[in-house]
Amino acid sequence: MTSLVGKSSISLSRIAIYAVLILVCVLYLVPLVVMLLTSFKTPEDIGTGNLLSWPAVVTAIGWVKAWDTVDGYFWNSIKITVPAVLLSTGIGALNGYVLSMWRFRGSQAFFGLLLFGCFLPFQTVLLPMSFTLGKMGLASTTTGLVFVHVVYGLAFTTLFFRNYYVSVPDALVKAARLDGAGFFTIFAKIILPMSTPIVMVCLIWQFTQIWNDFLFGVVFSSGDSQPITVALNNLVNTSTGVKEYNVDMAAAMIAGLPTLLVYVVAGKYFVRGLTAGAVKG
Amino acid sequence: MSSVAVFSKASPFDALQRWLPKLVLAPSMFIVLVGFYGYIFWTFVLSFTNSTFLPSYKWAGLDQYVRLFNNDRWWVASKNLAVFGGMFIAISLVIGVLLAIFLDQRIRREGVIRTIYLYPMALSMIVTGTAWKWLLNPGLGLDKMLRDWGWEGFRLDWLVNPDRVVYCLVIAAVWQASGFIMAMFLAGLRGVDQSIVRAAQIDGASLPTIYWKVVLPSLRPVFFSAVMILAHIAIKSFDLVAAMTAGGPGYSSDLPAMFMYSFTFSRGQMGMGSASAILMLGAILAILVPYLYSELRTKRND
Repeated sequence: MTSLVGKSSISLSRIAIYAVLILVCVLYLVPLVVMLLTSFKTPEDIGTGNLLSWPAVVTAIGWVKAWDTVDGYFWNSIKITVPAVLLSTGIGALNGYVLSMWRFRGSQAFFGLLLFGCFLPFQTVLLPMSFTLGKMGLASTTTGLVFVHVVYGLAFTTLFFRNYYVSVPDALVKAARLDGAGFFTIFAKIILPMSTPIVMVCLIWQFTQIWNDFLFGVVFSSGDSQPITVALNNLVNTSTGVKEYNVDMAAAMIAGLPTLLVYVVAGKYFVRGLTAGAVKG
Repeated sequence: MSSVAVFSKASPFDALQRWLPKLVLAPSMFIVLVGFYGYIFWTFVLSFTNSTFLPSYKWAGLDQYVRLFNNDRWWVASKNLAVFGGMFIAISLVIGVLLAIFLDQRIRREGVIRTIYLYPMALSMIVTGTAWKWLLNPGLGLDKMLRDWGWEGFRLDWLVNPDRVVYCLVIAAVWQASGFIMAMFLAGLRGVDQSIVRAAQIDGASLPTIYWKVVLPSLRPVFFSAVMILAHIAIKSFDLVAAMTAGGPGYSSDLPAMFMYSFTFSRGQMGMGSASAILMLGAILAILVPYLYSELRTKRND
């Protein structure tokens, strides 16, 4: 669908199209610009100026205060996200490998059951999971959150790898099996080396999901084990003391920067994950 | 021949190889059966008990569902979900489709523009909610800015207005998700068969007619997927409400996910909270089942 408009078309309609596209770009960028501008203002400046006015004095005081408030929670998020992403991706890769190349009776039915997990409203599992975490002694720990994220991340990670491996020719694996290569040898020597794109997609998808999670964080953690999203929400929605919007916005930027950074650096894989996960899910 | 030969040698190694796939999948199977279906059943059971702060397994029949339906706050939350979901889906679709069509006209710098449309999707709903709460702040946000810019009579107090607050959620959610819908439709447009479009052009059809009559109808599957995803996001919306309004003013911007959380975990109404979770599952199934059904049918027809 590229050539619907004629070739020599510096026409009015083309100018209109560009105008709309650029206007929408500006509108989409406004919240980010406002957050940045506000985060570098002084509280007095916020009262006298407006959302898009340039800071009278550019100051990093908001960022310093925000970081002092949320730094511990930022590290919590890293402690939760990194192991959960790696584990769920690894297990997803092995599951996808079995479900596409080592099918057995019942494995397809299992895949169907698993797929529903992509749509599962987590509200239906919160209470039993909190009882379970309590029994396991993992209530209100970052380890508990890692466990929860691995469990409920499996549906998507398995789906990614299974759909990717399904298109790998069977002959490749059959030949290796005839040569006497075993289950893990084939996985390590043949399958993994060709998996880079889907590993990227899966890592980025899981990173964004887990870093941005709020529901599990607010239900399964408390106090010192909370992730950054919960800390940000607590900071913004406390009704005590004078509201410092510059601190709020700086904290929001701190919470958003890791995923934004990943998006800017590896946007290609992010979009592919969204569409693969969402459309096929 | 050769494969028969390989499998007839039943050395311990071969036996292990035959069991390995099952062994590898077993933990995940256990997790799915217990952590997905077992837990849903557990919540289902709890919704038929009189559990309050702690789980109790005293059978209470449909009491919790009756209480739920007699609860004004649940009705507000459900009505809000209908309004929020309906508007969020419709507006995101319209914006997404239009942007995709515009972007499909051999636009220079398409990559940069796409990146800008899609970046909100990388953010947490908590960050989005925080940002929009500030933008919509009555007195300091857009409210003040437009007055500063000369629109003297401008007032924007939706965030504290019980009749309007749900629109604030719609605005923030559309900002976050519409770029993603654009990306879905753009991918769909790139896959449309050029020869059909050429034929319509030769017939003298105008560009808008071609899109409306030929191109968009061929994107029906993308359309269904998009509705499915947006509805799913709407029903699960919890973080956005938590960050923007916490359900307020009063409980005027409550959504079912928020209702479930506060009744289950802060108000000690575990039974009723579970009942609300089961109804949310019902809502998801009500859109998921027809979707999967039509998906499977088209696949069989292909």
